[in-house]
Amino acid sequence: MTTIDVAPAASEPTRGRRRRKEGAGQPLGLASGIGLGTAVLWLSLLVLIPLGATVSQGFEKGWAGFRDAITQPAALDALRLTITSSLIVTVINAVMGTLIAWVLVRDNFPGKRIIEFVIDIPFALPTIVAGLVLLGVYGADSPVGINLMGTQKAIVLALLFVTLPFVVRSVQPVLLALDVEAESAASCLGAGPWTTFRRVVLPLLLPAIASGAALAFARAMGEYGSVLLISGGLASTTVSSMQIFQKLQNYDYVSASAVATVLLLISLLVIVILDVLQRRAARRG
Amino acid sequence: MDSSNRAKYTMRAVVVLYVAVLVFVPIIVVTWRTFEDGLGAFWSAISSEQAVTAFRLTIEIAVAAVVINTVFGVGVALLISRYRFAGRRLLGALTDLSVSVSPIVVGLALILVYGPYNGIFGKSLAANGFQVIYSLPGMIMATAFVSLPLVMRSVLPVLDEEGIEQEQAAKVLGASALQRFRRITMPTIRPALAYGIVLSLARCIGEFGAVKVVSGNISGAGQTMTATLLIDERSQQLEQGTYQLAFVLILITVAAIAFVSFRRGKEKVA
Repeated sequence: MTTIDVAPAASEPTRGRRRRKEGAGQPLGLASGIGLGTAVLWLSLLVLIPLGATVSQGFEKGWAGFRDAITQPAALDALRLTITSSLIVTVINAVMGTLIAWVLVRDNFPGKRIIEFVIDIPFALPTIVAGLVLLGVYGADSPVGINLMGTQKAIVLALLFVTLPFVVRSVQPVLLALDVEAESAASCLGAGPWTTFRRVVLPLLLPAIASGAALAFARAMGEYGSVLLISGGLASTTVSSMQIFQKLQNYDYVSASAVATVLLLISLLVIVILDVLQRRAARRG
Repeated sequence: MDSSNRAKYTMRAVVVLYVAVLVFVPIIVVTWRTFEDGLGAFWSAISSEQAVTAFRLTIEIAVAAVVINTVFGVGVALLISRYRFAGRRLLGALTDLSVSVSPIVVGLALILVYGPYNGIFGKSLAANGFQVIYSLPGMIMATAFVSLPLVMRSVLPVLDEEGIEQEQAAKVLGASALQRFRRITMPTIRPALAYGIVLSLARCIGEFGAVKVVSGNISGAGQTMTATLLIDERSQQLEQGTYQLAFVLILITVAAIAFVSFRRGKEKVA
């Protein structure tokens, strides 16, 4: 979702980066006050109370109950699989996303516009369709002879598919706005292309890479639809979100909520880290 | 120069190959599988009563969720960009939070509050004959939850960029709040709002996990079977017509992305 958010900044690099003038706003009046109240009420009913209820349900049987629920072997296995797969995906995304953004901005070749266009498709596809699409190629009756069904590779592949645009779309606008003079200076002074990239360009891109990678990680941690079909329904390829669903089907709300609480905490942590990174980048830029 | 050219072509090849393996090949294979049995099979798969009912329900839910999110998103964007109040940043952050929550967790969270048997509010709502979970309102809420910030995030940068000078000038000249919104704010945000609405619609039509949890999985009944749930069911039961349904959703997604990128491209030229 956020890819698509970053997109406006891609067309006008300066827009998204301009900081809101603090204190420019007016104090609330009657109508805007009622508006704010309504928005907060809806946000509470839709998001805050339900998420709060999830955490409190997770701790319904106390801290010990929470710990027991998330340290069951099956829960631990699922968490381990989810976290390692998401980390692998995040690292691949950081590298490949930066490379794709670089090629899209600096290179020019026939078909570039097509690549530019299809980058957004995997992310925007309904997750179950994404899963089906991958199953059609890398599933049991694979036309290319690669059957990944029921392996961790399949999960990593599905997660790579749905998180493809995150890093690309966050790095692209920064790369577009980058001044090439520093690079020319570096190469005039005898730095090779790799050294120039590593010492001059990469440090400027790092905040964008990190924020794209963090979004990809958060998305990967909670992914369900795209991994469902290709995971093959095995115990060894059950990610945490699938496990929560299974517990729900058994009406085991406490264990389901305990695992959900872990996922929520991880997303919250990622968001906080991201916010700190962005504020630091905004202060510097 | 030679080695830097080699690096350029290598990078280009790696990118093209990566995107091809990950996206192009799968999409081509799905298109092939969709039309493998001919156009007749395609048509009957997507025009069966079950499929049409599912598509209709999907559209109803998506439209309702997008309307809610549009009102909420424009309102919150206006509040954040135009007013000063405690917790302004928090309001934005909490709205953003919802897209980082796993869809399954979204469904679970809504059941815990609105479930008819043990939900905090759900029990008394159900006692008064208002069923949220396992019926339409819950599915709309789940869909609205997962796409909550999309409209807000598309409108906010434009509002920030435009500033409040024009609105203040209009105010000084005696325009009412409604007039100012209609004549100044709305024309400014209209293109961005259109993108936000189109992308939200695509997102809402495609929502799967959260809707699956709150729909109660009443298969056959058809009352809570959306298009994505039907794809899931047909695929798990190895029934015919899975790829054909998926293809329709792919077309909707591609159309939404094409609309936005085409319009944005035109804007840049102008």
